[in-house]
Parts: sequence; structure tokens; C-alpha cells
Amino acid sequence: MTRFLSKNSRTVGLAALLALLLVATKLIQPDFGASGLESLARAVLPFAFATVGMTIVVIAGGIDLSMAAMMAVASVTAAVLMEGASDGQAAIAVLGVLVLGLVMGAINGTLIVLTRVPDIVVTLAMLFVWQGVALLILNAPGGGAAPWLRDLVVGGVVLPGLPTALTEWLPKAVLFLVIAVALIWVPIRRSRLGLMLYAIGSDQLAAFRSGIPVGLTRIVAYALAGLFAALGGLSVTMGTGIGEPIPGPYLMASVAAVVLGGVVLGGGRGGIVGPVLAVFILRLVRMDLTLLSVDPNVTAIIEGTITVAVVMFGGLLAVRGMQK
Amino acid sequence: MTALNVGPTPLARIGRFMADNPLVPLILLLVGLVALLQILQPGVVNSRWLANTIKVAIPLAMLAACQTLTMLTGGIDLSAGTVATISAFATATLTPLVGAPAAILIALSVALVIGLVNGFGVAICRVHPLIMTLGTALIASGCLLVYQRYVIATGTKIPDFLVWLGTGRTLGLPNGLFLFLPFATLVIWMQRRTGFGRLLYALGSNEAAARLSGVRSWQVLLSLYALSGAIAGLTGLLYLGVVKTPSLSLALPLDLPSVAAAVVGGTSIFGGRGGFGGTIIGALILTVLGTMLTLMQIPEGGRRILFGLIILAVTALYIRLTEQGR
Repeated sequence: MTRFLSKNSRTVGLAALLALLLVATKLIQPDFGASGLESLARAVLPFAFATVGMTIVVIAGGIDLSMAAMMAVASVTAAVLMEGASDGQAAIAVLGVLVLGLVMGAINGTLIVLTRVPDIVVTLAMLFVWQGVALLILNAPGGGAAPWLRDLVVGGVVLPGLPTALTEWLPKAVLFLVIAVALIWVPIRRSRLGLMLYAIGSDQLAAFRSGIPVGLTRIVAYALAGLFAALGGLSVTMGTGIGEPIPGPYLMASVAAVVLGGVVLGGGRGGIVGPVLAVFILRLVRMDLTLLSVDPNVTAIIEGTITVAVVMFGGLLAVRGMQK
Repeated sequence: MTALNVGPTPLARIGRFMADNPLVPLILLLVGLVALLQILQPGVVNSRWLANTIKVAIPLAMLAACQTLTMLTGGIDLSAGTVATISAFATATLTPLVGAPAAILIALSVALVIGLVNGFGVAICRVHPLIMTLGTALIASGCLLVYQRYVIATGTKIPDFLVWLGTGRTLGLPNGLFLFLPFATLVIWMQRRTGFGRLLYALGSNEAAARLSGVRSWQVLLSLYALSGAIAGLTGLLYLGVVKTPSLSLALPLDLPSVAAAVVGGTSIFGGRGGFGGTIIGALILTVLGTMLTLMQIPEGGRRILFGLIILAVTALYIRLTEQGR
């Protein structure tokens, strides 16, 4: 019960911090409004998907260093398939990219289970592989995105019956994120599979002795991470309209958000809401600093310092908790 | 995979032999790769090629020393590439201002400070080394970008000594060996013969047991990461002499290959097993592989794919073989 409470206190604290930061943003930039929120949400989207994918793997006791590279593969595949395609073809292309993500993740997981090489090493090696695949598909940024797909994440939500002045405060990108995560993660979390993911993360041997197919569950965890990487790559293409073969800074950001969001590296504990809130906070801090016209490089320093400080503080707390 | 399970007895014997002498299969692999290279492109393997390969492999092996030492305790140092870059850039930009010795001193102390920060986070705050070193790398590269704006007008100069060390040759062999041979001897001596080296293995195999036997693990880890930072700084100086143009991403491409070199060289990422000897061979293997892929004129994408797959295959094979003997 206390663990449940402390877990939720983390999420509540993060939500409060996010709200505080939004107020601060409004103070810094008085005309920060719906459009500012919209551009923030659109910028966060790939980071958020990377974070969700990373969270699932970390909960299952692993780590996936090839996240950003898989996103690059998904992004270029989508951009190449959709260039000049009709709406119907584009829809098939999107489905194909999602399946591709699942397959890439499943390959990662299968290799980890079959070779028994540590997951850090396997995903490090696969980072090179997926980077290479992305470069083979598209050598330089290019391709295109179907217009309806861009509409999916650009702008505010329009709901019939509600005034636009109200609905424009909910960016489509946020809605897209919530729906995608709710459709994929919530049913899993509620099912036996979700329990199994947490079980292999907290104690593999115990999970094995309780009759959980540990190898299969790990593969599923990595496949899910691949699926979210594909969504992240798609959102890169959706946001910019082109495919990007060089992976962005999504790996480090997603690991930082996972840790800030209260998911323990090593597995078994934490939820998906915390890391997503954390990734919004990290991006918002960055935006605020830019609004304050701080040098973007100084921004990177501050962002890194915050991350490291929080992680060190969390570590110290954990050490003190152990000594008690 | 199945073939390995058919006849366990001879294979188990081979496995045990390889587990006891981990360098033997690695050297065999290296020789095999060189032979393959010679078959693919007859005449390419000559003394010039040898000197070049050694020259390229030295910085990689030195940076991989950071990974090897930290991996012995179950850690990793992903800031090594950034630290090397910073030390190289600082040396190149400060030399016109304060002279070569002072610039090198400043560069190495910066590297040491970053290492100390890593050590503080890992040893005292108990942060996972992967996160800690990635975080400091992020901060440090931000600082580098800010610093670069202030020195953009001063111009750069690379101390002649470093150029001599990086690109010069003596008796057909690269001068980098003058730095590397003592360095490698020192590292191998340290890990095998000193108490500090033993403590690294002890912490990596079982930290709780090490602590119960009276090891002050935080002191060991703090000095380990500081040492790793210093080694990375030293590598940066050498690499500056090799590449001869300071840039903001000088040694970054070496970051992940340095991990790969240590892993291919048989150091366990979970700690307690491996050593710098294997890492040197690992660095040579990776360098030869790189040459081979370039010679075969495979596009950049294909090269990366093969590179990743080969790291994976070597590690998997190695684990299979050594586990057979247990």
C-alpha cells in the first residue's frame, strides 16, 4: 500500500511540477497560449513515444539502446513509402511501418534471448545495424508525408458542439499520444501479459518458477518498444514532412525521462504516466530557457545538469532508504 | 547452434581451454581476418598497412581501456569519447594562448574533473554508471560548445610533440607506440598485480561480498572513474596528433566502438571477467574489420550493419564457447 502511494506521489509531484512550469512559461512569455502549447506538444511527440517504448523495456528489466536508430528506420521507411502516394496507399504504408517496428523490436528481443548476450551489448550492436538500414533506405533527409497524416498532429482538436476557443487548448498531438498509448499499453497492462512484464523485470528466476515464459515475454517487451519506436519515427515524419535517416537525440532523452519518471533501472517498478510527464517537463524547461533567450548550448548544459542532479538525488535517497 | 550441442565432450574441452586462455581464440580470429583480407585484396597486407593499422588502433584501444576498467566493476564509461574530444579541443585552442605544457595540463585536469564527477555520482550517489556517464557527457559537450564561442577567434595550434607522437614513424612503426606500450604495460600490471586491480575484479564479481570483506567500495569506484577520465583525456591528446584537426566531435565516433572493442576482447559487461590484453586484440580486430569493409566498397549503411552484426556474432560465439566449459 505504501509503495502504491509513493509511486503515485511521484506522478502527482511530476504533474504539479509540469503545471508550475506551464505557469512559469506564461509569466515569461505573456502571449504563450494555445499555439505555444500546440508547438510544444508537437515537438514532444517523438520524445514521448521513445520514452514510452523505453519505459516498457526497462520495466521488463532490460534497456534498448537502439531506440533512436529504430525510430530513424521507421521515419525514412514511412517517408519513402508515402512520397507521392495516395491517401489509401499512405494508410497501408503507416500500417506497414508499425508492423516493421514490431518486427525490428522482436528481432532485438529474439537476439537477446537466443544469444544470451547482455541486452546492453545486443542493442548497442543493433544500434549500428538499424542506423545502417536507415542509411541504406534513404541516404539524406527526404521523402514525404501524406497531408492527412500531418493533419493528425498539427493544430488543435476540433470537436463538434464545443467552442473552438475551448478545444484549441488540447493539441491534437497530445490526443494522438494519449490514444496511441491507451490503445496499446492499457489493455496489455491490465492483462496477464502486463503482469508478466513486471514479473520478469522484478525477479527473472521467480518469474520462471511461477511458470512465466521468460524468453517470450522479453521478446514481447522489445517488440512493444519497437512498435513505439515506429510511432516515434512516424511522428518525426509527420511533424517535419520528411524522413530523417540520422537518429535524433531521443536515446539519452528517453533514458533521462524514464529515470525522472520513477521507473527503476533494473526493472519491475514504475508506470508509464510518470516518464511521459517527465519528458514533457524536460522539453518545457528547454522551451522556457529558449524563451528567456538563453544560449541553446547553455540550455543543453542546464537540461543535463537537472537530469543528473535528479538522478543523483534519487540515488542518495535510495541509499539512505537501504541503510534504515 | 545445434551443432555445438551434438558432441559436448570435445567442445566442452575446447570451451574450457578458451575460458582459461581467452586470448587464444581472439588472436586466432585476428589472424583469420588478416588472412581473409589478404585473400580479398592480395598484396594489401604489408608493413605500411601494419603501421597504419596500429596507428588507428592505438587511440581506440586506449579509449577502450576506460571501458575495460569500468566494466570490470560492472560499470561503463560512455563519457570517454566526449572527455577525449574536450581534452583535444582544449589543448588545441589553449596552446596559442598559454603554451603547450600548460594547455596539456589544463586539458588533463578538465578530464580528471569530469571523471571525478562521474565517480561521485556512481560511487557516492549510487547512480547507474550508464546514466551517470551519459549525463556528464551531455553536460560536458554543452560546456564545450559554449567554450568554443569564446575561443573562436584565438585560432588553434597543435603542439609539435603531439603531431610527432600521432603521425610520426620510427623504424616503420608509428610513434604512438612510445606512449601506448608503457601505457598498456602499466594498465595490465595494475589490473593483475596491484591491490587496486584485484579490488576491481572483486567489486565486479560480488560487490556485497567485497564490501563485507572490508573493501570501501566508494573509494575504489571514485578513483576508478577519475582514472578513466584521465585515460580518456590522454587519449584525446594522442588522437589530436593523429587527426591533426581539432573539431567539436573529434573522438565521438570512437565512443561506441570503444565499448565494442572491450566487449569483443572478452570483458564481461556485468563485471568480474576480462582484461586489457583482450581489449587490445579487440581494438585490432575492429580496425582490421573496418579496413576490410572499406576495401570491399560497401556503402556506409551496409558497413554499419555488418559492423553491428559482427560485434554481436563474436560476442555470442564467445559466450557460447566459454559457457560450454562450465
